[in-house]
Amino acid sequence: MLSINNLHVSVGDKPILKGLTLDVPAGEVHAIMGPNGAGKSTLGYALSGRPGYEATEGSVEWKGEDLLDLDPAARSAKGVFLSFQYPIEIPGVPALTFVRTALNAQKRARGEDEVSAPAFLKQVREASKALKMDFDMLKRPLNVGFSGGEKKRMEILQMALLEPSLLILDETDSGLDIDALRIVSEGVNALRSPDRAMLVITHYQRLLDYIKPDRVHVLAAGRIVASGGPELAHQLEAEGYDKYLPQAA
Amino acid sequence: MTAVDLRDPSTFPSRRVEAWKYTDLRRVLRETPAPSPAVDIAPGGPFAALGGEEIAFANGRAVGADAFVASGKQTLRLRFVSDATGTGHSASVRIAVKPGARLTLLESHEGTGSGYVANYRIELDVPASAEVTRVVLIDEPADAISIAVAHVKAAPGAVYRQTTITGGAKLQRQETHLAHGGEATAVTLDGLYALSGERHTDLTSVVRHNGLNGVTSQLTKGVVRDTARGVFQGKIVVERGADGTDARMGHHALILGERAEIDAKPELEIYADDVQCAHGNTIGNLDESALFYMQQRGIPADEARALLTQAFLFEVVDRIAHEDAREVVRSWLTAKL
Repeated sequence: MLSINNLHVSVGDKPILKGLTLDVPAGEVHAIMGPNGAGKSTLGYALSGRPGYEATEGSVEWKGEDLLDLDPAARSAKGVFLSFQYPIEIPGVPALTFVRTALNAQKRARGEDEVSAPAFLKQVREASKALKMDFDMLKRPLNVGFSGGEKKRMEILQMALLEPSLLILDETDSGLDIDALRIVSEGVNALRSPDRAMLVITHYQRLLDYIKPDRVHVLAAGRIVASGGPELAHQLEAEGYDKYLPQAA
Repeated sequence: MTAVDLRDPSTFPSRRVEAWKYTDLRRVLRETPAPSPAVDIAPGGPFAALGGEEIAFANGRAVGADAFVASGKQTLRLRFVSDATGTGHSASVRIAVKPGARLTLLESHEGTGSGYVANYRIELDVPASAEVTRVVLIDEPADAISIAVAHVKAAPGAVYRQTTITGGAKLQRQETHLAHGGEATAVTLDGLYALSGERHTDLTSVVRHNGLNGVTSQLTKGVVRDTARGVFQGKIVVERGADGTDARMGHHALILGERAEIDAKPELEIYADDVQCAHGNTIGNLDESALFYMQQRGIPADEARALLTQAFLFEVVDRIAHEDAREVVRSWLTAKL
């Protein structure tokens, strides 16, 4: 479903990803683990098309289509969703307005009918309830004054409403306490389905106790240096990343 | 500052006059323009749906009364209508408010001609216990020249709120001179400009605190595109003895064109000891990470920019105390963006 082949990405003049190859079949959840500075966040940005993250070599295919040629909004309409490690505050735009604008823009891009206001509100009420979010909070400007945990829930809420098919979670566990981690993970798990693929980017194994991956990959110095089943995450937790650093250099 | 008199070109300031440094009237106007013809206008204007009394000037000529005394709770629509081509006109109006009165002053500068020169003077007295909300909406052609100077006296215990909203013109200046009586007189002096093309606007204000414990809150926001130019000159003077003054001034602008320009000159002149005064001024571009975030969620780049710009400016609109006027301004601005 997602097929990344020999991807090289530079930020400015600095090469960060140096020949990354990875396949995520439909219905699977793959974890990307690695030390700080390995290029984990760069992978998320490159897949979603952030300006300044330039693919200099290689390819990314999503459902058989080349992603790298598309702008970020077009990728989003194709189902790509990046849950940000640090969600951005948008002053002056209420969260509800933001999500509805995004949803309708995606629908327009796909040639679908826009969602009506009452239908949208009903969806939001249900989704926010499942995430134990205060509905009134959604009338406030997006993420402005939200706590770290509230911002992460807001990301999952958007995910639930936008119904993407490629979910990239960048350090979703950072800043979450155990209760919030459980609620957020349940939100993510509810989206697991045979037509979706997920990339879970994380430094720690902890998140993978809640979101169980089918495969675990180690990203070090811009490449996948090891892959395995869920047991690889436990091994990394016990042994650290040291042994991957020399061979990746 | 000597007043501009269209009949006397020696009163047209050039940029060598410090207060007109960024708005060089002489560069665009050297001689007295021919007088504008008389025109007929129907009642109306952008605030027509809000009712109230109307005072109108058509090419500088009063259509009916040229002064107004507000009592009780009243709405006054003050209209300056220009329908002229290459000619000039002036008008002055005096608005008085009775103690205890609550006046909503909805002022519109409506231009339908081209290349005209307009020069207005407004005098407004707000006595103790009176409350005035003045909303000034300026919609003029790109080749017009206009100057409006308002002299406002706010007595101790008065409430005065002003919001000026403009799309600019070839050369446009809105001056407000406010004598602040102190004793908790609450003054809000806001401004908003959205300029494109080669438009120019200048929002200049001088607030003079003369009494104890006066409060002033000033917020101006603007956005300039293309080669447009926005000027903000805000001066707050706290006179000797005006202790307890609390004055805050903010000007924040977005430059969305590589050749667009903002000139900002915030000034505080403080001669009293026990005061709280602050000013903040920021000029920048739209936040790139916010733009990417919005695009990542599916909002196309242009729509994301428009939404962020609108949200930026709406902070000023949201501060308009009169709900219906706020909605008129909101729709006007949405259409403009």
